[in-house]
Amino acid sequence: MTVSSQSSTTPADAASPSRIADALRSRMDRGQSALIPYICAGYPDRDRSLAMMHAAADAGADVLELGIPFSDPLADGPTIQRATFEALKLGMTVQGALGILEEFRTTRDTPVVLFTYLNPVHHFGMDRFVAAAASAGADGLLLTDLPAGADPELEGAAARGGLDLIRLLAPTTALERVSRVGEGGGGFIYYISRTGVTGARTELRQELAREIEALREKISIPIAVGFGISTPEQAALVGGLADGVVVGSALLDAVDEGGVEGAGAFLKSLREAMDG
Amino acid sequence: MLTRTDPAPDRVIPSDRFGSFGGRYVPETLIAALDQLEEAYAEIRDDQEFDAEFRSLLRDFVGRATPLYRARRLEAAVDAAAPVYFKREDLNHTGAHKINNTIGQALLARKMGKKRIIAETGAGQHGVATATACALFDMECVVYMGAEDVERQALNVFRMQLLGAEIRPVTSGTQTLKDATNEAIRDWVTNVDHTHYIIGSVVGPSPFPRMVRDFQSVIGHETREQILEAEGRLPAAVVACVGGGSNAMGIFHSFVQDKDVRLVGIEAAGEGLASGRHSASLTAGTPGILHGALSYLLQDGDGQVAPAHSVSAGLDYPGVGPEHSWLKDDGRAEYVAVGDTEALEAFHRCSELEGIIPALETAHAVAYLLGEGRSEMDRGPVVLCMSGRGDKDVAHVARIEGRGSIL
Repeated sequence: MTVSSQSSTTPADAASPSRIADALRSRMDRGQSALIPYICAGYPDRDRSLAMMHAAADAGADVLELGIPFSDPLADGPTIQRATFEALKLGMTVQGALGILEEFRTTRDTPVVLFTYLNPVHHFGMDRFVAAAASAGADGLLLTDLPAGADPELEGAAARGGLDLIRLLAPTTALERVSRVGEGGGGFIYYISRTGVTGARTELRQELAREIEALREKISIPIAVGFGISTPEQAALVGGLADGVVVGSALLDAVDEGGVEGAGAFLKSLREAMDG
Repeated sequence: MLTRTDPAPDRVIPSDRFGSFGGRYVPETLIAALDQLEEAYAEIRDDQEFDAEFRSLLRDFVGRATPLYRARRLEAAVDAAAPVYFKREDLNHTGAHKINNTIGQALLARKMGKKRIIAETGAGQHGVATATACALFDMECVVYMGAEDVERQALNVFRMQLLGAEIRPVTSGTQTLKDATNEAIRDWVTNVDHTHYIIGSVVGPSPFPRMVRDFQSVIGHETREQILEAEGRLPAAVVACVGGGSNAMGIFHSFVQDKDVRLVGIEAAGEGLASGRHSASLTAGTPGILHGALSYLLQDGDGQVAPAHSVSAGLDYPGVGPEHSWLKDDGRAEYVAVGDTEALEAFHRCSELEGIIPALETAHAVAYLLGEGRSEMDRGPVVLCMSGRGDKDVAHVARIEGRGSIL
């Protein structure tokens, strides 16, 4: 199926600025950093994942990452693996995740990045997927296993759909590659704060500040940092260095412990620490 | 700033792909490691010293060249019109073709200065071969193995431990080879600075499929020379089992240009293609992305990877090497699927007829020649890749056949 242009409800097109970047910049203008929570569609169940999106927006999240579960999440640690596995067991699908977003969009305008792996999208059809995602109200797309340059055809199709293609950079990324990755990306750059899979960690690496400074010389869009951020102190620390803070596994831990309400309170504590 | 442009094509290496299959669909963290591997591999391809060391280890440590053996009793049993040969990879040190690749990659890891090795294993043959290479080169070795396979292949688990490897049972997902591979990739992403991942088949992101094939192509090179000497001609057909497909690619590679040589890959039909419980990615799958490559894949209607099944742990994998996908679409190779029951029957018949207990994986290829593929011999001599020996499977087979636990 070929899609000539995105639907009229799409929040952004190639000529207009990115709602995602705008959300980060509006924090940056106030000397703050954006809070970007990851929510797994269908976990703990469909309705509660939708409630999580609302709770996150209420807690002051600036951009939401909505994860579409995949059976083989090889970049994810045990927490997100378990959540995606549960969500799939409860019957979550690509279409189901888009439905959650669509429902959220009826009342909220917080920018949303769809976060998944390439295969479910490829199987759905990239053109068809980005059109459906845009019409459901998505602003961005992050495909963990589609690194810059891996498949110009698929990447082109993704970019043409009117979504910001969120790019990842890692501590291992060669410096000469950084600009190229940055150029092709939209919204923000997601910097992986350490090698490894997703998951809450107690320690952050010392080199982070220096690395982010080095990236800023090569990249003009905002830089968010994720992987391993689990406490208000860490969020404040990373928020002081980067333009955005992504929190995933720790948020899933919070919902396991305290339900949607507990997750909302956790995000509020991060927001307060970051603004304090 | 902030205007969206189509991503600039990165360094596109044509040999990243086999037709449209293959590629490098991996998390960003691994790109540098794959670049480094690509570079190191390009260097050793023209390195006489590396080649000499590899060859001498294959000879003195692995026991190559392996014989090309004529299976006369099997010929008689199926009333074959032409000779049937077994390429005896089962006679390699550690009992399968897997060691050709692990010796090659361990040498390469040493060259790259990486002292820690990780691997995934299904049947345990690749794990044993990796643990063996690590013992030889004094490297730390961690093997990921699905918890279900740890049960099925207790003997190989103990062998790996004897060789000094640490076995990490994987309890996520389907607890088989697919999940062991996920876990190995997760380890690699985390420890990429000092760790090399010795992938066990012609799967994974580029350059693995090409590199593993090249290390395994010694099977085909030898076969070609040996069959020319024995028969004065090329074989009419070459038959090999396909899970990820490394023994098949290793033997096919030398014959791909010879259009008259039929290349036949045998997948696992498990409990039957209609049952949905099988591992026949090429026969019954559709193109998809798993473990870094675009290739045929067993998946459901929502792009979720479907669990594979086979009586043989080594074939129990929902994906397949991208070069096989290309050979299939190109029509150069043909792929058929053989079920659990036929494979078990062939396991017995091969043992009784030839005094060779084949690996359950290999038994699928034997089953093809005893059954559906009987007419392959009408056109001329046939070579079957006897990819591994079945010692590792005897306890499993005894259990399936109700003879209780013998281990």
